[in-house]
Amino acid sequence: MSPPAIRVSGIRKTYGSLVAVHDVSLEVRDGEIFGLIGPNGAGKTTTMECVEGIRTPDSGTISVLGLDPFRDVYQLQERIGVQLQQAQLQKRIKVWEAVQLWASLYRKQPKIGEQLLEQLGLVEKRDAWFMTLSGGQKQRLFIALALINDPEVVFLDELTTGLDPQARRAIWELVRGIRERGKTVFLTTHLMEEAEKLCDRVAIIEYGRIIDVGSPAELVDRHVPERSVVLVTDDEHAGDQLANVARASSMTRDGSRYTLHGSGEQFVSSVIECLSESRIHVKDFRTVLPSLEDVFLKLTGHSIRD
Amino acid sequence: MRGLWELTWLETKIFLREPLGAIGTFIPVAVFVLLGRSLPRVSATSALPGDGVLSPGGVPVLVSMLIAISAVLSLVTIISIYREGGILKRLRATPLRPPTILTAHVLVKLLLTAFTMALMILAGKRYFTTDAHVPLFSFALALLLSAWSILSLGFVIASIVPTARFAQPVGALVLYPMIGLSGIFVPLAQLPPALRALARVLPLTYVVNLLEGIWRNEGWLAHLGDVGALVVTFVVCIAISSRVFRWE
Repeated sequence: MSPPAIRVSGIRKTYGSLVAVHDVSLEVRDGEIFGLIGPNGAGKTTTMECVEGIRTPDSGTISVLGLDPFRDVYQLQERIGVQLQQAQLQKRIKVWEAVQLWASLYRKQPKIGEQLLEQLGLVEKRDAWFMTLSGGQKQRLFIALALINDPEVVFLDELTTGLDPQARRAIWELVRGIRERGKTVFLTTHLMEEAEKLCDRVAIIEYGRIIDVGSPAELVDRHVPERSVVLVTDDEHAGDQLANVARASSMTRDGSRYTLHGSGEQFVSSVIECLSESRIHVKDFRTVLPSLEDVFLKLTGHSIRD
Repeated sequence: MRGLWELTWLETKIFLREPLGAIGTFIPVAVFVLLGRSLPRVSATSALPGDGVLSPGGVPVLVSMLIAISAVLSLVTIISIYREGGILKRLRATPLRPPTILTAHVLVKLLLTAFTMALMILAGKRYFTTDAHVPLFSFALALLLSAWSILSLGFVIASIVPTARFAQPVGALVLYPMIGLSGIFVPLAQLPPALRALARVLPLTYVVNLLEGIWRNEGWLAHLGDVGALVVTFVVCIAISSRVFRWE
């Protein structure tokens, strides 16, 4: 296995008396989409900006592509692409001017600007001023600027915040495209759905500490093994039969709708077996799997939105 | 300094796209021209109305200084808007070195000062009979030197003001009173001792001294002290702002 693209060990960052990052260690593997997830103020952006070399941690060490973001910042900036949270450009800079300026800043003088504008659907906006772009267009331009130097690692900080669901999905597609080209993506988000759909692995951060790391599925299995099955049937005997499902821990009934709770991988099949053996006619059947949202709730005792 | 020319050129274009940017650059010239048209052809060094209050060459010196000051105020405003909007931070997260970003802005302002100055000279030639002995090239150079020096003061102000809303008024509050003490209205010798001491440490005093001297064709050698004072101002202000300048 190739060495990790990013290795962070024991970093701490304080602003006056406020401890933004207590103690964060993590590794981002080469070629994966890694998400740092947590509520606002948990230390996501501070951690990311330390890794990007924009901030210097008070203690701890960071290595990105084998470089020290503090000591080798200019060398590193040639090889990474950065999209900052809530960034702006000059109001009256044109889209193509921004792309051209950015391209001129790198040693290898990349020539993929036009190609990026096309990929990101900005071609018809190339002469538009930055201030006239919509939120989604601005965000796509920032992604173009982050990719202009064909970076090995791309940092995306809250990249879909404030976008409508459609624009959000389009941007997720773009990020998957970045991974497909063999790049490493390090992103932060407070949207659990985004982390679940996009990330290969996530780290949950709260109060400046990493609580757990793993793939979304691993985290769900580890922390919330409970599953639920919701089914609708007119069969009068269904309740009696379903009560016999050994792996179900509880069942509730609401008219013709039954909800069964259980845990473990066998639970859902055991419900299906029961239905099949008792020849119960089912009008609707679905399983409810816990999400990262539930993992977060379990680990922190509160919802990420609180 | 990679990216310096690209950024300077781009920032110039962006500045001219600002409604206030373009208009602000041409207003002083327009006023000057209108003023010139409404007056009989006069000599700029002697017979302008108000010249009784000002020292010889006072009008061109005052106007030039106002051009330089408006450039500084514009710089202070732009830097604070860029900081507040996160533009400075975004530029910094590229291989651009911080001094390159700031140098580009200084160059834009010097360029615009020189341009406005050139227009003024053209207008002046048309409407005022400038005395033939006025060394326009040296005068323009002296003005650029002055602008460069007080632009560094602009960076100190830009570092201190918390938000863009305060930038312009705070800048004006710092710079305009300096004009009053600069010796252009009241000769330094006539000031009370305390104010005279204060005037001695204000950079505009040296700006006025230098501009007036060059206008009177006294030559650079006679004003090495003023040049020195402006260089010292620059060095001190850059040293201060490199310590206190905030990027976000």
